[in-house]
Amino acid sequence: MRKILLIIQREYLTRVKQRSFIVMTILGPLLMAATIVIPIYLASRTNEVKTVAVLDETGIFNQKFKDSDDIKFHYLISDINTAKSNFIKSGDHALLYIPKTEVTLPTNALLYAENNVNINVKNYIKNVMGRQIEELKLEARLRDLQTDKKEPIVVEDILRSIKTTVDISTLKIGKNGIESKSYTEISMVLGMFAGILIYFFIFMFGSQVMRGVIEEKTSRIVEVIISSIKPFQLMMGKIIGVGLVGLTQFLLWVVLTFGIVTVVTSTITSKSTQKSTTEQMIGNQKAIQPVLSEDLSKQDDTSNQGVNGVLEALNSVNFPVMIGAFLFFFIFGYLMYAALFAAIGGAVDSEADTQQFMFPITIPLILAIIMSQFIIQDPGGAVSFWFSIIPLTSPVVMMIRIPFGVPYLEIVLSMVLLILGFLGTTWLAAKIYRTGILMYGKKVNYKELWKWIKYKN
Amino acid sequence: MDIFSAQGVSKHYSNHFALDNVSIQVEEGSIFGLLGPNGAGKTTLLRIINQIIAPDSGILSFEGHPLVPNDVSHIGYLPEERGLYKKMTVGEQALYLAQLKGLTHHEALKRLNFWFDKFEIKSWWNRKVEELSKGMQQKVQFMITIIHEPKLLIFDEPFSGFDPINANLLKEEILSQQKNGATIIFSTHNMASVEELCDHIALINHSKVVLSGKVHDIKKTFKTNTFTVSFNGNKDPLCTLLPDSFEILEENQDSDHRHAQIKLPPESTPNDLLGYMLPKYLIYAINEVIPSMNDIFIQAVTQPLSVTRN
Repeated sequence: MRKILLIIQREYLTRVKQRSFIVMTILGPLLMAATIVIPIYLASRTNEVKTVAVLDETGIFNQKFKDSDDIKFHYLISDINTAKSNFIKSGDHALLYIPKTEVTLPTNALLYAENNVNINVKNYIKNVMGRQIEELKLEARLRDLQTDKKEPIVVEDILRSIKTTVDISTLKIGKNGIESKSYTEISMVLGMFAGILIYFFIFMFGSQVMRGVIEEKTSRIVEVIISSIKPFQLMMGKIIGVGLVGLTQFLLWVVLTFGIVTVVTSTITSKSTQKSTTEQMIGNQKAIQPVLSEDLSKQDDTSNQGVNGVLEALNSVNFPVMIGAFLFFFIFGYLMYAALFAAIGGAVDSEADTQQFMFPITIPLILAIIMSQFIIQDPGGAVSFWFSIIPLTSPVVMMIRIPFGVPYLEIVLSMVLLILGFLGTTWLAAKIYRTGILMYGKKVNYKELWKWIKYKN
Repeated sequence: MDIFSAQGVSKHYSNHFALDNVSIQVEEGSIFGLLGPNGAGKTTLLRIINQIIAPDSGILSFEGHPLVPNDVSHIGYLPEERGLYKKMTVGEQALYLAQLKGLTHHEALKRLNFWFDKFEIKSWWNRKVEELSKGMQQKVQFMITIIHEPKLLIFDEPFSGFDPINANLLKEEILSQQKNGATIIFSTHNMASVEELCDHIALINHSKVVLSGKVHDIKKTFKTNTFTVSFNGNKDPLCTLLPDSFEILEENQDSDHRHAQIKLPPESTPNDLLGYMLPKYLIYAINEVIPSMNDIFIQAVTQPLSVTRN
């Protein structure tokens, strides 16, 4: 155990001391901070007044959308098809369509726009609709309680029962009237971001493991080391050490990005909003999600909406699940692939020989990224389900799905399979690794690898 | 007492035997040479002793008990394929490898200081390995092999890559390790060093031990009752004088003497030879031809059937 710690320590320390690590640690947060800060900055600058046409078939929301400094509403009385065909000519920013519902209260709405819908507009609509429906629910609930006096009144229960999530689908409407789904959902951005981050980390740190193994092999130190420690311990020590480097980098990225975003946003937003912004940012970063109080204290303080819009959208995501799942899929996805990368490193003599073995490993990862487009369109579909269950693609695909909401059972199933996948690849990799690291100057093919796997001990 | 022994060790790879029922005994305090042509299975055996790979069958024992993983802290191994981390500094690396052998940080540092002083390489401590010459790297590797004061030292082709001066330094260091009580196993192709250093040898060919024992005894068994005689006087050819059973292998002449190498029939003694020669010639010297390890090696490897005596 002491020896494996020594290995981990060496792998970790030699890497974090490298210049490339330090450069990446600084550049990463700058890029990420830019992607967060720039939209906020732009949103805080736009002064253009946006008009939204409202077609409310339910009648519940009539005149409920109040005009603000930068959003104006006008109400249509027609059918949806005419509204859509008139939309382009009208010059409105967006067309809100709330279809009639028969039994339940409307919690779905469609938002048509020529271009991407401004996130503030969308969030404002979402808030107003949500609050309106919650009020109606509360009224109904209170009526029930008055008629049925035996039931004790528990405020929390009431609040929980009326909590409503409004789902607004955004649709693009072209000049020729063709509709296509547009993606401005913050959950989608988050999912893609998490998925791509996992993809990059697996590749970046997986290939670091591979290069580390090749270095030990080509410098011929490996036999010296495995005369003191088992090859499996050396392999795991390396994988864990490099993994910790990855986690360190990730942690530094989060902290630094948060730092930069806080500083920059507080300088661009006006003094009056500065304080609340920072507070909100802190609240979000810590992923503390107040379940009850927040919905009732929603302010339509539109002066502050640029920043708050993004932040409130962020709030709609279940962060504890998101972060927990991210860490899990991040760690186990890495562990599973790192073992395979280590096996490749053990099998070859130089990095130039890795191509033929890299291919089958990169295929599932790249496939997961390519499939992400389809998965976003249909996060609950069969394709999404299977890709998020199969261990080789699940770390990326599941992270894309989670912000859209995935049943816990599916997440657990995916996690269990990923752990099994990790154990499987590690077992397989260890067999290839321990034979491969002692083979020099031999051209290895798949047949040869298969032989190594079959060797006893 | 044997510090290490292997009984009936076999290792089979998918289509060939790397080792086939190999047994060796290594006496404590001795220098044991493991010989054999390339690909005979020497390195496989050394890796098995170091528990880098496990044999398919056979019994291994170390200091009288079955070999266990913890024994590696009493074994020092300098593999044939050896190297160091190029990007690490010499000191850091030596410290790391010494600790992997089970030394504490403190103890490792103390001993390394001693050895760096002894080899006069103190100034290398903070230099990266890639800045060192190959000979310098070899010194560092040797130092790391012995840093934990192992009871059993294993060197696989230790002299390859050394210049004569450093090879000599290494040889002396090996001998001084032996003097301090260590047992040494080394594999080599360099037969001169075998004769110089080894007490015992085992010769492996085609994954089997074909010859083993004390160097002295082996040489004795390989003697062919051959003598070189230096003589002078009569110009008569030697062959007319000796009976047919005496085989003249070589005959030549320098400015002073004539020399001949004569193989005697098994039952004859050098006295018989002299009996024939004394009346005719002036004898200056007679020496028994003792086969060199080189000859023995070649004979054992190229004519495996004739080497059944042991």
